[in-house]
Amino acid sequence: MTRYLRYLVPLAIFFILVAFLYRGLSLDPKRVPSPLVGKPMPAFVLPRLQDPAATISDTDLKGKVSILNIWATWCVSCRAEHEVLLLLAKTGKVDIYGLNYKDERPKAQQWLLQLGDPYAANAFDADGRTGIDWGVYGAPETFIMDKQGIIRHKHIGPLTVDALNNEILPLIAELQSTP
Amino acid sequence: MIPELGQFALILALCMSLVLATVPMIGSLNNTPGWVALARPAALGQFTFLMISFGCLVNAFLTNDFSVLYVAQNGNSQLPDIYKISAVWGAHEGSLLLWALTLGTWTVAVSLFSRKLPAEVLARVLSVMGMVSIGFISFLLFTSNPFERIFPVPLEGGDLNPLLQDFGLAIHPPMLYMGYVGLSVAFSFAIAALIGGKLDAAWARWSRPWTLIAWVFLTLGIGLGSWWAYYELGWGGWWFWDPVENASFMPWLVATALIHSLAVTEKRGAFKRWTVLLALTAFSLSLLGTFLVRSGVLTSVHSFAADPARGLFILIFLCIVIGGSLLLYAWRAPEVTSGGRFDLFCRETLLLGNNVLLVVITAFILLGTLAPLIYDAMGWGKISVGFPWFTTMFVIFTPFLVMLMGIGPLARWKKQDPGALARQLRLALLVSVGGGILLALPLFHEGNIWIGLAVMLSLWVVSSLVLSLRQRFKYRKGLAGLLRDFGARGSGSYYGMIIAHFGIAVFIIGVTFVTQFDVEQDIRMSPGQTVELAGHTFRFDGAEAVQGPNYRADRGTIRVFNSSGQEVAVLNPEKRTYLVQTKPMTEAGIDPGFTRDIYVSLGETLGNGDWSLRLYYKPFVRWIWLGCILMGLGGLLAATDRRYRMAALRKTVAEPVASKRLATEGRV
Repeated sequence: MTRYLRYLVPLAIFFILVAFLYRGLSLDPKRVPSPLVGKPMPAFVLPRLQDPAATISDTDLKGKVSILNIWATWCVSCRAEHEVLLLLAKTGKVDIYGLNYKDERPKAQQWLLQLGDPYAANAFDADGRTGIDWGVYGAPETFIMDKQGIIRHKHIGPLTVDALNNEILPLIAELQSTP
Repeated sequence: MIPELGQFALILALCMSLVLATVPMIGSLNNTPGWVALARPAALGQFTFLMISFGCLVNAFLTNDFSVLYVAQNGNSQLPDIYKISAVWGAHEGSLLLWALTLGTWTVAVSLFSRKLPAEVLARVLSVMGMVSIGFISFLLFTSNPFERIFPVPLEGGDLNPLLQDFGLAIHPPMLYMGYVGLSVAFSFAIAALIGGKLDAAWARWSRPWTLIAWVFLTLGIGLGSWWAYYELGWGGWWFWDPVENASFMPWLVATALIHSLAVTEKRGAFKRWTVLLALTAFSLSLLGTFLVRSGVLTSVHSFAADPARGLFILIFLCIVIGGSLLLYAWRAPEVTSGGRFDLFCRETLLLGNNVLLVVITAFILLGTLAPLIYDAMGWGKISVGFPWFTTMFVIFTPFLVMLMGIGPLARWKKQDPGALARQLRLALLVSVGGGILLALPLFHEGNIWIGLAVMLSLWVVSSLVLSLRQRFKYRKGLAGLLRDFGARGSGSYYGMIIAHFGIAVFIIGVTFVTQFDVEQDIRMSPGQTVELAGHTFRFDGAEAVQGPNYRADRGTIRVFNSSGQEVAVLNPEKRTYLVQTKPMTEAGIDPGFTRDIYVSLGETLGNGDWSLRLYYKPFVRWIWLGCILMGLGGLLAATDRRYRMAALRKTVAEPVASKRLATEGRV
């Protein structure tokens, strides 16, 4: 019997490996908590996308639960995400602000005209300066702020219906209920 | 319409692989010649449909069909045609299709070039390859369909990642995949042999050339990737111990062990179980690599879009393929007789030493690669295992490996008198130790122990190779002897070994010199300003804006003068901004040389025409890739050895006799 057992060693090693790999699937190595979560949102003053003469700043987002979504017309994932944003806007539970990131104004306006506009207002960040303050390293990214303007959550990558139902909406409900 | 055709072809390819995986295998088990004979046409059919499918995706990129999601994400109408084609494998879905096509190509190649194999052996080999193919094609169809449509159709595509818009990276993945997937041939031969219970010299001889060719592709593929990283990433590194690099390096190490151990099995009938296990492991590691790259369990610069569903699919697939094959091994291996007795000291034991070292290095790399995952899974926190760990580990084991490499080729099979061998190697020892000490002395470059060690190891390999050549030509004198020797059976293997081992010596020099003597400087420069580095004067002549086909760039001009004031090179590093994905890219300006590279990359513009620049002086860096090319050449020469073709021509019944005769000739 022992003669046969040693030929099972490679198989045994393999299964230990599989156990770790399986566990690894449900862990996210990239989940390095954003240093901004739990901190007040970075200040900004930017021209609005629809009206270059008017500005929008971080104070516009304060005093209520708000969402800041970073997007651009050059980003294909943002197109995929857009449907979800429209869905979220339709619930009317929260104001979604957009940060139009390193984009061209006419293109971005055209985009909203064509695909629908889920945003309460859009900031136009042509050179991406504000994006840097917010620690953006790729569009789309989505931040959720509480009534005091403290960042409570950061979602990296396109929003999905799953994420909306399981993370975003419950969090918004929770934040709405606290003063 | 054409994308649907591509998807339909892919479904048909899956049908073909289902047939290939089952019918010939069953036929070989219950002796039904008609079923066995189906292997070859099924392999051909699978290949044809994969080819059609791949062609459809290429077509979608060339015609800018942005209604296909994958093309919309990775293609662009402004992309030069060659990069439209390479964009096909620029991301997850398409590269997986390339993988499947590569597997189909190897399958069809085996069916075409193994006509002299016994029909049922061939049927089993192709069947096993078909099983692997089922896994990959269904992975494509069910989780990663490259032909998925998008609506509304975007007007323009998201463009290929600018990093990948480069010739080196256009051909690096196909090369590497040829290597990865090529190992499936050795795997399938091993499974077929386990099923048939015939693990003999003939089996080893059949798998050897296939394994060698796969190894050559893997070697060149890895080398190419390293070269690309060097000139494209703008900071002059050539290897980063990134999980994905490790994922390609581990199969390479095990495949290296395998080609050596196959030699023993072919010549001496020994190490059969070990060889089979290596063949299974080599391919298993390349599958594991796929999992690591595509499941997102590790962070890597190479990561594809991570998706847990995909990860789970590959993991289940791994369990079936690797788990199944190891189970078969556990069941069949105990019945394999170990043949070929040998003494404690002989070429067999030296090759065993080589194998053990290679496997130990692989195990350490595997551990280091998975450590972040293991730590996270055990709740020990987050760690990252970096350069120092891997490098230390590598520096500890490689010298032993290289020492064995010097002795092995001179030792005899079966029985070797250590004293006689020591006398033979006396000269090599003298030359290498002497050379090593000389170069470690402060006479040169303030004395550097690593340089001494590297030179010693390289000289050891080279001088023992020279001794081996001298021994070989003792009885074959003059040009006539040389020519006769080249024509002889086994000479391809022999000279292949010489060239590949020489490649290692060259590689060692390259790696050590560039790590020890590499000089770099980050500096702010105004136009006209000069700076000294490593005996050269660099003059920055400013930067100007230029327009590329799909990018804007700032192109700097740096003139390099040597110590006597002569101009050595004019370098034009660029800072590119691609129009669609606005990520800035650096194109280094490199003056390549046999003994040194001068390397300049543009940093940031600082106003008033000033730029931050990065200047490098990299001695012997080319030797790293020269070493890889030599290894590849050696492998190719060994794979095309005349005796594999002769063996193929001979009636298979005569195999054991032939192998015995070769064994007594005592050559690899």
